[in-house]
Amino acid sequence: MSNASLEAVAPSLQPQPGAPDNWKRFFTFSTDHKVIGIQYIVTAFAFFLFGGLLAMVMRGELLTPEADLVDRTVYNGLFTMHGTIMLFMWTFPMLNGLANYLVPLQIGARDMAFPRLNAAAFWLVPLFGVILTASFFVPGGPSQSGWWAYPPVSLQNPTGNLINGQALWILAVALSGISSIMGAVNIVTTIFRMRAPGMGWFKMPAFCWTVLAAQLIQLFGLPALTAGAVMLLFDLTVGTSFFNPELGGDPVLYQHFFWFYSHPAVYVIILPIFGVFSEVFPVYARKPLFGYPVVAVSSIIITALSGIVWVHHMFASGTPDWMRMLFMITTMTISVPTGIKVFAWVATIWGGKLRLTTGMLFALGGLSMFLFAGITGIMLASAPFDIHVNNTYFVVGHFHYVIYGAVVMGFYAAIYHWFPKMTGRMYYEGLGKLHFVLTFIGANLNFLPMHPAGLMGMPRRVASYDPEFAFWNVLASLGGFLLGVSTLPFILNMLSSWSRGPAAGDNPWRAIGLEWLVSSPPPHENFDEIPTVVSPPYGYGSDEPLIANTVTQE
Amino acid sequence: MSTANLDPTLDGHQAVHAAEHEEEDHRLFGFIVFLISESVIFVSFFVGYIVFKTSAADWYPTGFEGLEIREPFINTVVLVSSSFVIYFAERFLHKENLWGFRAFWLLTMAMGSFFLYGQAVEWLGLPFGFTDGVFGGTFYLLTGFHGLHVLTGVLLQGIMLGRSFIPNNYAGGEYGIQATSLFWHFVDVIWIVLFLLIYVWR
Repeated sequence: MSNASLEAVAPSLQPQPGAPDNWKRFFTFSTDHKVIGIQYIVTAFAFFLFGGLLAMVMRGELLTPEADLVDRTVYNGLFTMHGTIMLFMWTFPMLNGLANYLVPLQIGARDMAFPRLNAAAFWLVPLFGVILTASFFVPGGPSQSGWWAYPPVSLQNPTGNLINGQALWILAVALSGISSIMGAVNIVTTIFRMRAPGMGWFKMPAFCWTVLAAQLIQLFGLPALTAGAVMLLFDLTVGTSFFNPELGGDPVLYQHFFWFYSHPAVYVIILPIFGVFSEVFPVYARKPLFGYPVVAVSSIIITALSGIVWVHHMFASGTPDWMRMLFMITTMTISVPTGIKVFAWVATIWGGKLRLTTGMLFALGGLSMFLFAGITGIMLASAPFDIHVNNTYFVVGHFHYVIYGAVVMGFYAAIYHWFPKMTGRMYYEGLGKLHFVLTFIGANLNFLPMHPAGLMGMPRRVASYDPEFAFWNVLASLGGFLLGVSTLPFILNMLSSWSRGPAAGDNPWRAIGLEWLVSSPPPHENFDEIPTVVSPPYGYGSDEPLIANTVTQE
Repeated sequence: MSTANLDPTLDGHQAVHAAEHEEEDHRLFGFIVFLISESVIFVSFFVGYIVFKTSAADWYPTGFEGLEIREPFINTVVLVSSSFVIYFAERFLHKENLWGFRAFWLLTMAMGSFFLYGQAVEWLGLPFGFTDGVFGGTFYLLTGFHGLHVLTGVLLQGIMLGRSFIPNNYAGGEYGIQATSLFWHFVDVIWIVLFLLIYVWR
């Protein structure tokens, strides 16, 4: 509070969010969307490192066919926690951080619609992170039922304690859901109600479109998971029989609840990354985003379709044939709006004057890996093929290409692209490029061998395997360790650039967008005067100004 | 920033800015977005109930024939009527008739409390519990989750009633009243579906 009174006396000392000299601000209940955005990103990245560490222990175990490094029980806990941390504590908070930082700036607002709700939603993240991490230390260890927590496996409670790994898992996921709903209400309200004058829907940057599309999914999908999780928690703790087959319950119904949210959740994750691609490519290709209105609307089409595809995770759950056929078709339909986007990005780059900065390299690497993931995705959408490779490493390889190849690479692209804006300083290109090379090689070395291993029949979630799969597993493990190493130049780059990097200027990339019109880092409340938008975004090669000259009011 | 306008913890810089721009109130919009999302939890429970009921081998616990419908029907009439009562309370507030508002608002609270009382009496008289099969589970889950919403609604109404005694607080309408009233209508609509599913559908 002494800090606040000081500012009241001398408003000129108002710290600039993002500037390194007031790092203590990031440990307060700040309601500034830029501070909260950075809080989200840094917290999430810490969990990313933790989840990555768990993955490296698993890859260490899989170096040899025998279960020798850790025993099977520990291994079960590792893959459960790895998946849960990476989804609920890394990707969701990280993307909420990007959205928090960028959306108000890009739509010309001074802050989010509900700043205090925003701060509360963020501070839930460390809370449920601690709860989930604490499950390592309860008797019986963490949940071992995978990040799906399918009953009846998730209903087993061998220690008999009320506080067990699975119950803590459900509690953490429920708190994550509350945080996500608070964030979604806030972001949707902000985008609907707080756009700058003149910013009609088709003058709004594509990133905001994708964030809106993603948050709408949170709003209609998450409650289904909440409902399933509540019933699971009662089954586990009170002894009800919703999903317990021994007592007449229906375990497959849980799978429906779970996937009705958790499949759309992958679009919650990937859509903002699509938005990052749509922002990054035009800047470094010096060309307008190809087919911008179609790209914008395709995000909303993905939102709509995402609600009718979830059963493709359940082709092998005794699903009737008509359902398999129906969901196979709807799943393949999703590739149409997604394909439109990929086409638009390629067309944007085509014939452009490319600048291969680190951000652009990560975006290109992410796009190429996403394309590969999309192709294996279409293969998996086909029910006969899916049943053939069900629960094998082929599936694991596929979704890691999406989540590491596209999402993590897209995150790095976003960070390098907006780092100068967030901090006012420039990162070191050399370290950035080293980071890119290590990440791109590491990711492909890690996840590509999973495909042949899976096609040969190696099941997922096992600590020991047949020696015939050893070659591919050693390759994958080497890639996994390389990915671990690849974070070191990134962390070094971020810390040193943030504290003593060269000044970046307000618009180092000569990018077009409202966020590039304010200083770096942006001042408190972003805009002195709310700008009036007169042109669509991405006016590269055009003489039209983005905003009206606000000085002359005539 | 609108929610933070009157926040005494704001520092000087923020307070000056908040006063400078007259910003719209987005809270009702946000609350409607939240309610739409909240309704999906109920829809999920309803879908679960329908799936369980249509696929279960033994639906009712052994020895149980079916739910009594008379008292729940009275409860339904009271709860649905309270939606109209709260509407008139809002009308009185718009006409700046504070005592009319308070009277009808209090009547809504009384009807909500009667509903909760009726629900509690029904629960205590039932021969099965939460863990007695899928029927017992879904019955208590649905009525309990809905009852929790009714309780929340009554408590919110109590807060709003108390705030009506702060001078000039509700001059020209107020977000809290609109949101509470909207929440009450929402709880009502959910109950109608729930009543049809659990009590009417045999």
